[in-house]
Amino acid sequence: MTEHTTPEASSELDVQDVVKRAIELNDYSYLLEKVPYSQFIGMSVARFGDEMVFRLPAKDDNIGNPILPAIHGGVIAGFMEMSAIVQLMVFMQAKKVPKIVDFSIDYLRAGLHQDSFAECKITRQGRRVANVSINCWQTNRKQLIATARAHFLLD
Amino acid sequence: MKINSDFFPLTEVATRFVNQLAQCRRLGLSVKEASEHHVLIELPYSQDIIGYPDTNVIHGGVITTLIDTACGTAVVCAILKKYQSLELSPTLDLRVDYMKPAEPHKPVYAFAECYRLSSSVAFTRAIAYQESIDEPIAHAVGSFMRISPEMVGEEFRQALMGNLPESQHD
Repeated sequence: MTEHTTPEASSELDVQDVVKRAIELNDYSYLLEKVPYSQFIGMSVARFGDEMVFRLPAKDDNIGNPILPAIHGGVIAGFMEMSAIVQLMVFMQAKKVPKIVDFSIDYLRAGLHQDSFAECKITRQGRRVANVSINCWQTNRKQLIATARAHFLLD
Repeated sequence: MKINSDFFPLTEVATRFVNQLAQCRRLGLSVKEASEHHVLIELPYSQDIIGYPDTNVIHGGVITTLIDTACGTAVVCAILKKYQSLELSPTLDLRVDYMKPAEPHKPVYAFAECYRLSSSVAFTRAIAYQESIDEPIAHAVGSFMRISPEMVGEEFRQALMGNLPESQHD
């Protein structure tokens, strides 16, 4: 664990620029690389036209229940929340990272120790707040392991 | 902030439970207090879990993981005390409301309670905070499905209840 050695972080980080470049290159790993947490859980993303599919690869560190074994529910939630943030940033060309207001998740099945995928739908985007719903599955898109909805504050 | 680990006799078993979860070891979660009524867990700050690189604020997903863990541990403790049995209850749903961002470079605490234990569902609530519980970062409610104690493997039971005097990890 990194101790309290502190960064004079990237306060100068130009979010809009990063998003623009990611869209131009059609390479969103560039965007995810800027967010340490997405590296921490190991997620990636691919874009197919107007659709984005997020991927959380099987990773030993992401395990919660060691008996099944199953992915920690919090990691699934974090993955889905991050997916929603990226979806919003890309489709809004955001100037800032959208801030989470609330997040509600229903777990439908255990997330087994294998790759997981997520897709997001921006249900409503107002001027200040956006509502996003997120679905997460493993082997079959019709057999969801979790479904969530979240509100984000835009700038 | 006052922390009173010795006063709460379930702290040790709760620590062993949390240390069994790989993601929690990776995050460095540590149980500060645990009783049949509550659980208090600390999440240290780390640059690895930043979600907002422009402000160094940690990702909401980490708060969710902290809260899910704290609520789940509260359920384990409540069941352990009430039925003297070890059950692992999976999360059914969880809702987290974020009041304000966590301040960078400071630990975050989660205080969780299992406020109702029925025959098939356990209901929990939690507050995440830094300096004081009166200035919360997040509020959460979650429900957990109770499953049969037989679903807990012998190895896991040993790791938690066995004659291990101290937890294996720190």
